Amino acid sequence: MSAVRLRNLTLTYSRHPAVHHLSGEFAQGSMTAVVGPNGAGKSTLLGAIAGRITAATGSIELDTRREQIAYLPQQEALDRSFPIRAIDVVILGHWSKVGALRAIVPALRERALHALAAVGLTGFEQRSVSELSVGQFQRVLFARVLLQDAHLILLDEPFSAIDARTTADLLKIIRRWHDEARTVIAVLHDLEQVRAHFPHTLLIAREPIAWGETEQVLRRDNLLRARAMAESWDEQAPLCARGAA
Amino acid sequence: MTFYAALVQPFVEYGFMRRSLVACLALGIGCGPVGTLLVLRRMSLIGDAMAHALLPGAALAFVITGFSLLAMSAGGFIAAMIVALLAGAVTRLTSQREDASFAAFYLIALALGVMLISTRGSSVDLMHVLFGTILAVDDASLLLIAAVASTTLLLLAAIYRPLVVECFDPGFLRSVGARGAVYHALFLALVVLNLVAGFHALGTLMAVGLMMLPATAARFWVNEVWSLALVAGLIAFVCGFVGLLLSYHADVPSGPAIVLTAGALYLGSLLCGRRDSVLYRWWQQRQHRQA
Repeated sequence: MSAVRLRNLTLTYSRHPAVHHLSGEFAQGSMTAVVGPNGAGKSTLLGAIAGRITAATGSIELDTRREQIAYLPQQEALDRSFPIRAIDVVILGHWSKVGALRAIVPALRERALHALAAVGLTGFEQRSVSELSVGQFQRVLFARVLLQDAHLILLDEPFSAIDARTTADLLKIIRRWHDEARTVIAVLHDLEQVRAHFPHTLLIAREPIAWGETEQVLRRDNLLRARAMAESWDEQAPLCARGAA
Repeated sequence: MTFYAALVQPFVEYGFMRRSLVACLALGIGCGPVGTLLVLRRMSLIGDAMAHALLPGAALAFVITGFSLLAMSAGGFIAAMIVALLAGAVTRLTSQREDASFAAFYLIALALGVMLISTRGSSVDLMHVLFGTILAVDDASLLLIAAVASTTLLLLAAIYRPLVVECFDPGFLRSVGARGAVYHALFLALVVLNLVAGFHALGTLMAVGLMMLPATAARFWVNEVWSLALVAGLIAFVCGFVGLLLSYHADVPSGPAIVLTAGALYLGSLLCGRRDSVLYRWWQQRQHRQA
């Protein structure tokens, strides 16, 4: 049974094609790494699944409601200078329950404190996010995802510029999500990390190169093909018509 | 001169001074939180541009109806919102950044407004529209400014959470299905409403002064959204109070006196504030060297 099904999906970024003709499915409860060269369209694909980017052609079918999706963005997408405390960021994970207007009752605050404790940040509740290290801030964002209690979890470069200890701790949390039969899709760069922890991999270079079991996908010939495609990209290319009909 | 004569007597003796002070209080209540969010959203210059953009609407209303409070307010609001929408549309449809398109449209709007007023009004009218006359604020204007402040607080209370999230992590808001664009548009409407209120007191060129200077000064003292809004509102009121007294005792124009007071408080905060000011940084570096 699939959690996410892509049908001939084409996506654009800044009006230029970023992902072409991608079809396939992420199985329910699977744990998949999305890898590829820089500019391959990995984050664009994740953003589209999260509902942040509209498909140019093709479609994305989800087997879950929008409230059951948790999306962890790249840290650069967030304003770290904004005056907000760690606990307030985590509490946003209750959005599906409180929305824009409902009050944060003590029980919800308590759960947010537990989530912070689960990522090893007890005592950091009142810290402003600007006072946290990159790793600590990533733990805060993971605590927010924990609170969202989502069926589908999308992680965009979750270990970028993170120290080894934090990476190991956060990988344990991802492993636990997988054990709980949640579907996890993560954009990653470290292929050794992918081989060690992710059973499935999607390799893209604006077009799908390979999708399946990690050892099969991360073969030398596939990686060379992805690299060759990256070197031949035309950044100003128009959308192609293949399969659009 | 006694303390009473310097600080209290002008407001006890003259009704226009009391009305002006209440106008400053109401402007501070509305502009404090709106200015804070403008600064946090890195839209300070866009606020300035929108203050100027309301001029052609107010000017057109002036040409048609004369000095009608409601017509000039409505005209100013509509003109500034049109400029905001046009600038947003240009950013979406072309590769031009929003600050550049705002600058282009507000310059066109400002020139158009000055030209419209010149066709019918005198240079005194033009000065009134450009720099305001807070000492001439009547009861109707005062009610309008107070109504804008009340609306601002109520609407901000309703959209506070999504506004903060949209500012800090817009992607999260989109991923949970909330419509960030709606909150952004409501916030822009609040900005324009407060600028229209400020326009009646301080004119189109100074209206943004009580919105931006207190909010930027507050950043050097506190570091939470609610406390920033509170301190910014308080600074705006203090600037109104001091500026009015300065204007009364030194016989200088009241609008520029208020904005200059706000400017002085900003510079003082920049130098001596307890967070990230010049003095604070120097002290921290000194402590670091001694450690």
